[in-house]
Amino acid sequence: MTDWRPSAPRDALVRRARLLAGIRAFFAARAVLEIDVPVLGQTGVTDVHIDNLVVAGEPPGYLQSSPEYFLKRLLAVHPQPVYYLGKAFRAGERGRLHNPEFTLLEWYRPGWDDRQLMDEVETLLRNLGAAGAAPCPRLDYGTCFRDALGLDPHAAADSELREQAAAAADQPAVRWRDEPRAICLDLLFSLKVEPRLPTGVVFVTAYPACQAALARVVDTPDGVPVARRFEVFLNRVELANGYWELTDADEQRRRFAADGELRAALGKPVRPADERLLAALAAGLPDCAGVALGVDRLLMQLLGAGHIRDVLTFAEG
Amino acid sequence: MAVYSTSEFRSGLKVMLDGDPCSILENEFVKPGKGQAFNRVRMRNLKTGRVWERTFKSGDSLEGADVVDVTMQYLYNDGEHWHFMTPETFEQCQADEMIVGDAARWLREQDNCVVTLYNGAPLAVTPPNHVELEIAETDPGMRGDTATGGTKPAKLVTGAVVKVPLFLNVGDVVRVDTRTGEYLSRARE
Repeated sequence: MTDWRPSAPRDALVRRARLLAGIRAFFAARAVLEIDVPVLGQTGVTDVHIDNLVVAGEPPGYLQSSPEYFLKRLLAVHPQPVYYLGKAFRAGERGRLHNPEFTLLEWYRPGWDDRQLMDEVETLLRNLGAAGAAPCPRLDYGTCFRDALGLDPHAAADSELREQAAAAADQPAVRWRDEPRAICLDLLFSLKVEPRLPTGVVFVTAYPACQAALARVVDTPDGVPVARRFEVFLNRVELANGYWELTDADEQRRRFAADGELRAALGKPVRPADERLLAALAAGLPDCAGVALGVDRLLMQLLGAGHIRDVLTFAEG
Repeated sequence: MAVYSTSEFRSGLKVMLDGDPCSILENEFVKPGKGQAFNRVRMRNLKTGRVWERTFKSGDSLEGADVVDVTMQYLYNDGEHWHFMTPETFEQCQADEMIVGDAARWLREQDNCVVTLYNGAPLAVTPPNHVELEIAETDPGMRGDTATGGTKPAKLVTGAVVKVPLFLNVGDVVRVDTRTGEYLSRARE
């Protein structure tokens, strides 16, 4: 029989509506402007590990994996606090915590850095009932990694990381001998570090430079380059990812090119860089911090749901 | 043999890993937002029965294993080998104690069972989930003691020993769950 009914129970629909209303009320009270950007764009992302859903046509369209590039182009003209609350799309991501179409909240704060933005994320989560009254811990990526694995993620040799990654995956070391450093870190963090994080809302900060993505890289007092990037975990589930944003167009172009090289090395299609974004950065993106938060995962946590399909209105999407 | 990518790994799919045929039990997608996607896969090694947990990069692939489940009739045991036949084709095969294992405790001649073939040769034998077997040996039944819920060991005609209620006697037929070895009910006949 064709299963045509909504997949979420009624109380999940009600909680979702309340959550969306709660988010909008939070930002309205703080004069952060809601921006309705396109989900269908003319370019996608170069990210090595994010694949756009491509819509056939001439030229093809790209369903946006986040509103980031549109919002940054907007900020270059209207430097004011903005947010987007709506759908985003990522090809091939399907599992307990993933769905190719999902609901994303993303916001930008001109003039702020990542630390100020973390405080606002914490306040929002407290407002929405996802964090208690006690302050949420800020944990250092390197410290978490050393505690779990006895290895310094900034200084360890590639060979050491590969060895540990192969062991964690229970794979023969030979299969990991050519893996890039960043992929070893992804695996070790997911399998060995995340399960040891405290429950509740936790901020992980100061990512290794090779995991900077679109964050600024600065040196610590000890001279270690770290990304001003943070991730928010709620009960050990990745909930949000934020940056003190890179605003340097040349550096951004270099990172896009590096993405392309890594994509080619991994045998993935190389995507053209978004020239409109680069032009906006060249014109002048204000100093700002930005963060993206998975709304479906937040709802899962609020409802105690074990699978993302339990909170999606229609899970076949 | 076909090659399967991590996104095609489903429960029950048979693949080759480290030279052994394996059956996939679970496949969990793991991905840091900005990072590499992985699949954490639990699979049973069909030769040893052991369960492995391996993590693959999403998009990695494994070769399929030539493993098929065939319903066959158990014919007889010649003292060393158990002999089975496909009723439709009359094709026969034999399996030793290592392969038949626990299934031997539940099989009567002419009973149907599932023989798992790997490259055409038996790899494992699975009895039906529920079998009805006659009691061969047990202490005499105690009438009227149906309420206390007490049990006693009973040896079935196939050699398996199960705990049965006190009121049952030699010659009674009982229904047993072969996965747990537990008595379910008294059979009608």
